[in-house]
Amino acid sequence: MTTTISEHIVEIISDSGEGAQRCGQAFAAIAAKSGNGIWTVEIIPAEIQPPARSIAGASGNRVRLGSGPVTNGGDEVDLVVAFNEQVLLGRVRAGELKPGCTILLESMWREHRDPTIVRAYLETYEMIVAEGYRVIEIPMERECRQLVSDPRKGKNMFVLGMLCSIYDLDLALAREQIAITFGKKDEKVIATNIQLLEAGSAWADAKLDFKYRVPAVPPSDTQVVMNGNTALALGILASGMEICAMYPITPATSASHYLSEIFERIGGVVHQAEDEIAACTFAIGASYAGKCAVTITSGPGFSLKQEAIGLAVMAEIPLVVVDVQRGGPSTGQPTKAEQGDLLAAMFGSHGDAPKVVLAVDGIEDCFYAMITARKIAETFNTVVVVLSDASLATAQQPFSRPVFDEEWLAPPVDQSAVAPGAKPYDWDPTTGLVRRSIPGQPHGMHTVTGLAHDRDSHVAYDSQTNEDGLRHRSLKLAALQRTLRCPPVFGPAEGDLLLVGWGSTKGAIEEAVTQLRSEGHRVSSLHLRFIQPMPSGIGEILRSFGKVMTIESNWSDRLEDTLIDADNRRHSALAMLLRSRFLVDVECWTEVRGRPIKPRSIRAAALAVVERELVPV
Amino acid sequence: MSLSLTECLLATTQEPRELADYQTGVPRWCNGCGDNAILSAVQRLCRDEKLAPEKTVFVSGIGCSSRLPHYMNTYGFHGLHGRALPLAEGVKMSRPDLHVFVSTGDGDCLSIGAAHWIHALRYNMDLTVLLHDNRIYGLTKKQVSPTSPLGTKSNTTPKGSYLAPLNPLTVTLGVQNVSFVAQAVDWIPELLAEIIAAAYRHKGLSFVRIVQRCPEFQPGAFDPFVLDPKRTLILRNELTLSAALAKVYTNQREHDASSIDRAREIASIEDPIPVGILFRDETVPCYEDLRHAGQPHTPELVRRGLEAELDKFTVWPGAPGPAA
Repeated sequence: MTTTISEHIVEIISDSGEGAQRCGQAFAAIAAKSGNGIWTVEIIPAEIQPPARSIAGASGNRVRLGSGPVTNGGDEVDLVVAFNEQVLLGRVRAGELKPGCTILLESMWREHRDPTIVRAYLETYEMIVAEGYRVIEIPMERECRQLVSDPRKGKNMFVLGMLCSIYDLDLALAREQIAITFGKKDEKVIATNIQLLEAGSAWADAKLDFKYRVPAVPPSDTQVVMNGNTALALGILASGMEICAMYPITPATSASHYLSEIFERIGGVVHQAEDEIAACTFAIGASYAGKCAVTITSGPGFSLKQEAIGLAVMAEIPLVVVDVQRGGPSTGQPTKAEQGDLLAAMFGSHGDAPKVVLAVDGIEDCFYAMITARKIAETFNTVVVVLSDASLATAQQPFSRPVFDEEWLAPPVDQSAVAPGAKPYDWDPTTGLVRRSIPGQPHGMHTVTGLAHDRDSHVAYDSQTNEDGLRHRSLKLAALQRTLRCPPVFGPAEGDLLLVGWGSTKGAIEEAVTQLRSEGHRVSSLHLRFIQPMPSGIGEILRSFGKVMTIESNWSDRLEDTLIDADNRRHSALAMLLRSRFLVDVECWTEVRGRPIKPRSIRAAALAVVERELVPV
Repeated sequence: MSLSLTECLLATTQEPRELADYQTGVPRWCNGCGDNAILSAVQRLCRDEKLAPEKTVFVSGIGCSSRLPHYMNTYGFHGLHGRALPLAEGVKMSRPDLHVFVSTGDGDCLSIGAAHWIHALRYNMDLTVLLHDNRIYGLTKKQVSPTSPLGTKSNTTPKGSYLAPLNPLTVTLGVQNVSFVAQAVDWIPELLAEIIAAAYRHKGLSFVRIVQRCPEFQPGAFDPFVLDPKRTLILRNELTLSAALAKVYTNQREHDASSIDRAREIASIEDPIPVGILFRDETVPCYEDLRHAGQPHTPELVRRGLEAELDKFTVWPGAPGPAA
């Protein structure tokens, strides 16, 4: 029986190292090649080798596939493939499964030699059946053993075959995908995996009495699919930047890994520095000498770079800093998503260090934001902080294939002589801008410094000169601000409630808004990319709605807590910024659970506000 | 210095130079500060080597030592406390055609910048590193530094310091990849200039520890050495001692700078102070050369590189497909 549906959410979960992640990635790629929209969410254990069969050790992938574009990981799961009942239990307890969700469960644990394992399995099995899930036990290991000696190494491809059968995907695409996935290994490995794939597909064809079809409404142009960190790395390459200095940190590192693989081919260098501070100062030195360099990090590393970021602002050196945010503070949740670094990005350095803060709002934006960031950094001789986060880092989504434009690359380094009398900090009185001076320009010799300095770059000992510098460095933000377009409102430009977000939540917020509007609520949303400076026109938009509420994944105090009231409540980061800038009574709703915010949660939060507003006082 | 990899519009000029070409500003160091001698020595070097001012960069951290770039009529970057080395490494990686010098102090390099010091030696980039070691924090008004002798009275150790000093030379010589180590003293300007010149000519990271007087916060600390020439040990290899100097500094030794063991042995001598080139290894590769081994960056290369990668990720309509 085939059911046609417009979208489905699938999860494949296993112990770490059993290949569920690879299976999920391949499944997503095959769906994308079939013309489906997809969004993937990695399920990552925090340890390298968590104990087998443990709740915390669940590793895998969520794939949401749809007929058209998919912009986020969605709500709860429709179908789960679990390699053991413990990893499944974790997902059940976290409330990740839809009621009645289909569960394909490895049944080998029933016959295990260890009675405690058998007991644990049966206990969970009975519990999930009693809770009304549709559980189908499948002897995956046993089926694979007919083909390979170590089924733990091949079960994921058997599962991929099952999924291709269930979702009616072309096996030829799957074979092709396996060839790409194992391309670096020999033919024998590829052949074995294809055998397993076909066995899984045949098994599902013969034994399962259901199929789903998610008919593809293919995009009209060429599409690429990749995760956010890959897009960041490609964006760095496409921006014409030549030097990336980094220090390993989760979840930023995979961007540097990929960049390391491709950068040298085009004459670029990925420098793994001895620490975060060295990475940042190395990048500053490289930029100072006439290139534009980038440093990539995550929260803790971002904290360590703050003094150097302040130096780049003060000396007016172009610098791109990418912060792939993770759960904080301190070591926090290295593998989990959060948006906790917004205020650190804006105000993290001591003193007044005005810098540009740009928050990417999706996978595609990870690519283009790097080109934009470099352009701004070099035009305004300042620091551009690009905020991404753990959920964009590992999520995959198709987008239109970028068409290379030589405009992306800056002209070669200017080594022409400096005119007599020109000063290195001849600030334009209106914009604060100044010609970029770099070593190699004859007659332009001067020493840049992080100390307060005058237009000659001489150390300033008087307060007037210091203020002069502060003023011009601040003016540059205003000059940039005048060039920014106001982001579009999603939905009508007035109504009862406006949801405002930034970063990776865009898709989920807009999905919730679409749902609310279809239910008759006057809700719209606004998504900010430039947080510093903010474009003009935002104040008018905020004031066109009865209520404004930010949706963020960082902390805000909860009014239901006894001690919390309007006088002491700590608002979320964006709410604080909007309240202070626009004098609008901005509400905030936040969730800091280390996972992408679900459209359902946003919808519920918005409803609570809308319905409260409807109650006559 | 390494060959230029950056397409520059300018060739390095070889016109005669004068000291004045490299002088700017009025040094604001105390009277009798050894930094003045170091400044004079590097200006002499620039003149003698005819370095184009626009192709020369002095990078520094924070402290008295690190004010030096402000007094050089070259390009300069007076950066962050402890971070002169990674800044200079970035400059050199970006622009191998530039002559890059680093001025750093005992606090700057050996304390807050210790990690960068160790790793800079590993990278062995073509930098000339001058460690102005006065064994005290001067700019912040007298605190103990990592090289302060045991018992040094300072504002943070009024009863005298508790810890034995570290020896920057032995530590430096303990790092794999080290390629040039020398020591000089500010009170023998001829040798100071000569040693700095040798350091500049070495391709790789040259580490020169300069024992430097601080009359303000370490007054008289080096007097025993200054007043008694026997307490200076001249490493004869490669140094051209004038007859006058040879007459005064009779404590001399032939030294084989190619032997790391001999160098370490010399480095551990604290009295007399060894002056000269302790170690040199011309065969250690420079990190920037290792990293710039491929093709230089061009727009066409970027376009081709990007297209090749995008091909791998193209999923629709049916293309090679993504790398999962």
